[in-house]
Amino acid sequence: MSEKNISLTLRVWRQAGPHVKGQLITYHLDDVSTDMSFLEMIDVLNEKLTLRDEDPIAFDHDCREGICGMCGAVVDGQVHGPETATTLCQLHMRHFTDGDTIIVEPFRSRAFPIIKDLVVDRSGLDKIIQAGGYISASTGGSTDANAMPIPTQTAEEAMDAAACIGCGACVASCPNASAMLFAGAKVSQLALLPQGKAEREKRVWSIVHKMDELGFGNCSNERECEATCPKEISISHIARFNREFTRAAFVSREK
Amino acid sequence: MSWTVRMLNSSIGRKQIMAVTGLAFCLFLTTHLIGNLFIYAGEDAFNSYVEHLHSLGPLIHIAEMGLAFFALLHVSNAIVLIIRNRLSRPTRYAKYKSTGGRTLASATMPYTGSLILIFLIFHLLTLKFADHTDKTVYDLLAQSLANPIYAGFYILFIVAVGFHVFHGVWSAFQTIGLNHPKYTPLIRVAGILFSLVITAGFASIPLTIVLK
Ligand code: FES
Repeated sequence: MSEKNISLTLRVWRQAGPHVKGQLITYHLDDVSTDMSFLEMIDVLNEKLTLRDEDPIAFDHDCREGICGMCGAVVDGQVHGPETATTLCQLHMRHFTDGDTIIVEPFRSRAFPIIKDLVVDRSGLDKIIQAGGYISASTGGSTDANAMPIPTQTAEEAMDAAACIGCGACVASCPNASAMLFAGAKVSQLALLPQGKAEREKRVWSIVHKMDELGFGNCSNERECEATCPKEISISHIARFNREFTRAAFVSREK
Repeated sequence: MSWTVRMLNSSIGRKQIMAVTGLAFCLFLTTHLIGNLFIYAGEDAFNSYVEHLHSLGPLIHIAEMGLAFFALLHVSNAIVLIIRNRLSRPTRYAKYKSTGGRTLASATMPYTGSLILIFLIFHLLTLKFADHTDKTVYDLLAQSLANPIYAGFYILFIVAVGFHVFHGVWSAFQTIGLNHPKYTPLIRVAGILFSLVITAGFASIPLTIVLK
């Protein structure tokens, strides 16, 4: 693909801190190479802002290769931008055309308070994992790999759920700001594997209550999460989560 | 708090109540439609169907009370869930674009649901709780549907039911946890067909009366 340069108008959400009012500010950017990633494009803009003695746009990022889950913003109304199965860092400017106006907003959810500009606090997802996204393993020598038979298909399905990078796109794209895909992927992954059996019932309950407590919304099966998830995690994991919930309600010894 | 209360008060518990009651309403819609189609066998056939239904006595009262209880559960949980969902995103996006998951039906569930509730009240007032002393149900029905505005509204509400059911059926199965590569595609198709049959079936009645 041949490199081109395009000019863009960006309308970026600027908010100095958690409790101040934010607004969309317009920036013009010329000579944007179409080989740049979206984040590199913001880097270029930030250099210009710094030279002009303005505050650069704060945004989260780390690996820039689509595996860490740190990056993410809502680009023109779509989480991680218009490409499917793509994180924001892997979105390239060749998907935009000369003269485009692009609105860039942070993830919006009560459970993801804005820290600054495009940076939001996603520790709610960590709290969900702390509530139940773990297993108990006995200490001692490691068991023989073949001692625990797991059918390939089951292992694959668990791996599909485990592909979650915790970016929070599911919450941001959900019309109800629900964390069901994130939580469902974890519950499903561990419910599929023998290692997850020890806390099977406790896990579902703790995770559901943590989700509710943190102010995540309620899934109404809009399927936007599945459509935006950079790892294409299926909502069948949400169904397994629902199933595990009912099962736990009847099987759990808790009164 | 005991586990039942905690279960029923949690997000998934509430949605599962929505799902189960919603599916029960689908069964009701089916029987209601089958009954209504007696109208095509003529006035007498329809009135005798109504009489037969009433002659079931206590059974019909139990069914009515069950439906009323389910409606209460469905509506009250819907209100709680909608409010909680609105609170979950206090600031809206300046621009929001679907990535392809939601449908017109799924995005309008609270609205079609409210329309159905309004219609239900109206429908019960004009038919069930109307003065039956010297009029049969057929008379009441023909009388109200003879008014094209009423018939128009009736059809509009039926379309709302169709939309609600279009998303509701598969959504209910998903919420209960019944999702499997083998039968989920079937459930989706069945849900769509069901919504089409319900819409066409119920809407055909005022149409034939108005056009007669
Ligand atoms: S920066 Fe790591 S996934 Fe985008």
